[in-house]
Amino acid sequence: MSALLEIDSVSKRFGGFLALDRVSIRVRAGERLGLIGPNGSGKTTLINCVSGALPTDGGRILFDGRDITRLPAHQRTRLGIVRSFQIPKPFTSMTVLENLEIALEYAAHARSVGAAAGALQILEMIGLASKARLRPAGLTQIEMRKLELARAMAARPKLLISDEAMAGLSSAEVDDILAILFRLNEQGITIIMIEHIMRAVMRFSERVVVLDAGTRIAEGAPAEIVRNPAVEKAYLGE
Amino acid sequence: MRIARALAVGAAVIGLGLLLAGLRVNPYIYFAGYVVLQYVVIATAWNVLGGYAGYVNFGTPAFFALGAYTSIALIEAFHAPLPVLIVCGGLVTALLGLGIGYLTLRLKGVFFSIATFALSVVVQTLIINWDYVGGAKGYTLIRPPAPFFGNWGVLLFTLMVLLAVVTVLAARTIERSWIGRGLAALRDNEEAAECMGVPTLKLKLFATTLSGFFLGVAGAPFPYYVTYVEPASTFDLNYAVNALAMPMIGGTTTWLGPVIGAVLLGTAQQVATVTISSELNLLIVGVVLVLFVVLAPEGLLGLVRRLRETMAVRAAGRRGAGAPPAEARF
Repeated sequence: MSALLEIDSVSKRFGGFLALDRVSIRVRAGERLGLIGPNGSGKTTLINCVSGALPTDGGRILFDGRDITRLPAHQRTRLGIVRSFQIPKPFTSMTVLENLEIALEYAAHARSVGAAAGALQILEMIGLASKARLRPAGLTQIEMRKLELARAMAARPKLLISDEAMAGLSSAEVDDILAILFRLNEQGITIIMIEHIMRAVMRFSERVVVLDAGTRIAEGAPAEIVRNPAVEKAYLGE
Repeated sequence: MRIARALAVGAAVIGLGLLLAGLRVNPYIYFAGYVVLQYVVIATAWNVLGGYAGYVNFGTPAFFALGAYTSIALIEAFHAPLPVLIVCGGLVTALLGLGIGYLTLRLKGVFFSIATFALSVVVQTLIINWDYVGGAKGYTLIRPPAPFFGNWGVLLFTLMVLLAVVTVLAARTIERSWIGRGLAALRDNEEAAECMGVPTLKLKLFATTLSGFFLGVAGAPFPYYVTYVEPASTFDLNYAVNALAMPMIGGTTTWLGPVIGAVLLGTAQQVATVTISSELNLLIVGVVLVLFVVLAPEGLLGLVRRLRETMAVRAAGRRGAGAPPAEARF
């Protein structure tokens, strides 16, 4: 099994609080991995460590066989680790199209020539083409989430980390986003999905990892995870 | 093609400056024109960091004065000629800029601004206690006869035209390059920019260094202009306020904004100084700044753009093109 991403006993502490305690996860190329856990279990912290937004306090992170533990975030993006944010963080002074062009230009190295065409293609696939010339302030909540995903795609990821892309969306909208993520995965992009909407995670993931209080408490196929007593305890208490 | 046109416009402005210099109009015009053009350089330089990257620098006086005092030190030591002073003044303040660039690692938003303000106070204290460049009592420069034009006022005016054109062209080039787009991204959201592959630290260091360079360039000829330099007026709060107000009034996201702001506000100040009182300057800036922050936070250019968008939407509405885009509603 060749791992695209290897998180090797990564720890992270904030002052006296141990947010991640030697967490290890291996992600295969092309895999759809779900990452779940109660609020405050360390999911987003783990993603911040993988994307480079936070430095780790122990352990190693390997991507494509290369040690990236000390690499700054923008270089990880250029290697192919791209994340979307829980709360969309669009570039507000730019149009939707320009938002994507930044990612194309800086991460995908598609310097100027053809950048607009590539960006438009992505917008068409994701269903935002008609909004290309608008600024993000004019988008609805679901469109904002789609922009977040579209921009991540423009960075040409090998690994896409989707951090709660569906929180607060309606059931039909969730299906919409799921369809997009499935399509990306078919194109060969490995996806880690962090989500609270169980219906979505269970349908999407081939494998689910459960975090609780900074440690990995379970791992397995979705069907096994829902029957796992440790997981039940983490979510519901005893 | 576009660059060729910009260069042509720049050359035309320099040509106009030379023409005006040759005309020998009322000497006060050159005197006031120098100040307005100096503010074009300052506002444009400030905007590279404050407007493009979104880091508000309150330390403009430190940069401007350090440019001026570098000149004094070099005149004292080597009788260095004006072009050398300008380059060296710029390089010294570029280093200072690089220094505050590293501050951005830890300080964002208002905390960065406070730190740059403190920097201004620190540099001023150092200069006050450095007797070699005049210390607190100031430094008097005895100008040699002017090399060209036979008149320092005209010479310095022409020089400032040249410096303003170079600064504005540099700012415009950066704005339209990948660097400008990266700076805009990090201004909008630094975390998202970094995650989209934008090397935010490198770009910020570039912006602080370049901004510092041109702020120093603006200050370097200052001793020749005033001939008497002392800390209180060289580190004047006016520079900090104007450097911020001028781009705000014109619009901070493009190179044209600071130019418009500097010309409008700078000219208004000069006119007020002559016709009413020199004390009124700061009051004018204050009132205008408050008005703009409240009524047109994106400056004149932002106002124009919004009007255009509204009109386009109305026109589209009349043609029956359906609902206006949400952005331009109301």
